[in-house]
Amino acid sequence: MSKGTIADVGMNRTGIKTSPIDSKDIIQEAQRATPSSPGDGQGIMEVRKQYAREAGDGLGSVPPPSSLKGMAKTAVDMLKGGKPTVFIDKLGERLAFERTGVRLYEGALSKLDVFGSWEGGPSRELLTKILDDEMGHFALLVEAMEKLGADPTAVTPSADLTSVISMGVPAAIADARTNLRQCTQALLVAELTDNASWELLIDLARGLGHDALADRFQQALDAEAEHLLLVKGWLAAGVATEARAPMESAPAPAP
Amino acid sequence: MALDLFQEKGIPLEKQLFTWKDLVRRPYSKLDDDAFTRTRVILMNGIEADALRMKHIFARLSRELRPHLALVRRAEHHQQTMVNWLNPPDQSALETTLGFEQLAIEVTASVAIHEPDPYLAQTYRFGMLEDFDHLYRYSALYDRVEGKDPNNLIQSYSDIRPGRPTAVEHRHPLDDLRRPYDHKTADPLSKLHAVTITAAEFMTHDYYMVVGPQFADPVARQLYAEIASIEEQHVTQYGSLCDPDESLLEKWLLHEATEVYNYSSCLAYETNPYVKAVWQRFLDYELGHLHYVMELFKNLERRDPAEVLPRTLPEPIAFKEHREFVRKVLSQEVDLRSNGPDYVDASRLPPGHRSLVYRDQLNSEGSPTETVAAGYHWRPGTELAAKAERMGSVLEGRRLQ
Repeated sequence: MSKGTIADVGMNRTGIKTSPIDSKDIIQEAQRATPSSPGDGQGIMEVRKQYAREAGDGLGSVPPPSSLKGMAKTAVDMLKGGKPTVFIDKLGERLAFERTGVRLYEGALSKLDVFGSWEGGPSRELLTKILDDEMGHFALLVEAMEKLGADPTAVTPSADLTSVISMGVPAAIADARTNLRQCTQALLVAELTDNASWELLIDLARGLGHDALADRFQQALDAEAEHLLLVKGWLAAGVATEARAPMESAPAPAP
Repeated sequence: MALDLFQEKGIPLEKQLFTWKDLVRRPYSKLDDDAFTRTRVILMNGIEADALRMKHIFARLSRELRPHLALVRRAEHHQQTMVNWLNPPDQSALETTLGFEQLAIEVTASVAIHEPDPYLAQTYRFGMLEDFDHLYRYSALYDRVEGKDPNNLIQSYSDIRPGRPTAVEHRHPLDDLRRPYDHKTADPLSKLHAVTITAAEFMTHDYYMVVGPQFADPVARQLYAEIASIEEQHVTQYGSLCDPDESLLEKWLLHEATEVYNYSSCLAYETNPYVKAVWQRFLDYELGHLHYVMELFKNLERRDPAEVLPRTLPEPIAFKEHREFVRKVLSQEVDLRSNGPDYVDASRLPPGHRSLVYRDQLNSEGSPTETVAAGYHWRPGTELAAKAERMGSVLEGRRLQ
């Protein structure tokens, strides 16, 4: 079974001080060698700029409205001077994030089963409540997109980008070697993003005159703010608990 | 007009030049390009990988061919690079995997439909039902671990449902060997088909072996381990369709013709203009390779390439959906098993048959493909969409609005 603790002393070999004799030798050799080309890391930036200029249409596009009603709404938004696809793009982003959020909390619950919690740590009830909230937010966004005539099953460019940005979060939670405390660190990344992104979505909705939607999104943000406080608290309590534990008697995993 | 393999000379080998900038191009869009653009890129990467693999093995076996193999192989290495680098960086390994399985379904279906030899066609149908099942299993993983909809990649072309369950696909190695075509009498199309599908399956195997351990989720790690094992079976199966009595040069000639055939098929269907330009260029390169090997065949083997090659290319591989065909095969042949090279109904395998013993051993500590897809029905927007629909837009225990 994976360890319940994170930071115990062991045979970590990654640092330079692990090999005092060899390291001295390789440092000297590295300094003696002459690079085959002059310059610094700036060359990498130049190649990036060249490719960025040639990248064409970027990651992809927002699909056209899938219903007549949607087309009418799009036309109204355009008359208001807004670019309605920006809103659809961001709705798609939150939808995908909330949906993946459900799977993240499922993963956290399975870690709870194995490792148990700690004083000030998450309970089954609270983890389940957040999972249900994520599901509810996903449903809210499906509904919002459908009302606007957008296809809630499409991956919008922002949804795709956010998925790339947050790729490590599900991986950290699914890794058999991480414990619940480490998972709360991954959840913190998700919840921080979630909070800032809901704020942005609410501003966007208000700017486009979707006030009724914005009000409902505000309720979602209120819930997310609560999630963030909880997760931060769990992580802080977890780290403090471990820091206080004697080195040899770190809390054992639950049976 | 079908392409005349003897008239069209393509671009000579010495004019096949690359730069690093040229090799690393604008990738296709995961969101906006057609799913078949993805499958074509995956296929052609596999065809080129097989061209390299075959040439390296031949170089170990023939002093005489070694320099010729080195020359052509270098061009093909760079072709493979350019093709494989068309995959976009926002496409995760699991998303590319879905593309691999869609390719295996649709291209094998096209091959099975057009294959003139009934036994070979049966073999393609047999394998297709297994890859069809893999798509379902990986879809469940994508949905349940990442919370994402596999149809974002599949684009409603292929069904996402169980085929011949992967758990029963595990067979004793001797039940994966098939009877090869006879190189003296087989239709040239049969040979092109066997090389194509073997190459595609080999790449699938190698891809899963590389990306499998990169997954964090233990079920994902198990799933790739299990399905990679079936891909090894498929390479055994399809590879054994090729006649071992063909000479090395005859096999090389057929491989180059297969590469021409595949690029030509991609070109016929491609919708992305940037990718299409690559297919056109490499079709011309492959014609150059084909003629290079034709000369070797004439000069070293003293044989006429027309003995081996068709005059013109057959109808292109159909990069399109084959749902009706796949469903029909599924309804009629899902219970087929193999006993040596023969296909029999599952009920005719006696208890204690070597494949049953082999399978039961591998599955004795559980089946990843069964675990990942237990009770799974794909639906638009993931299986969570159904749960969310039932819950409604609930927040803090209250219905919104």
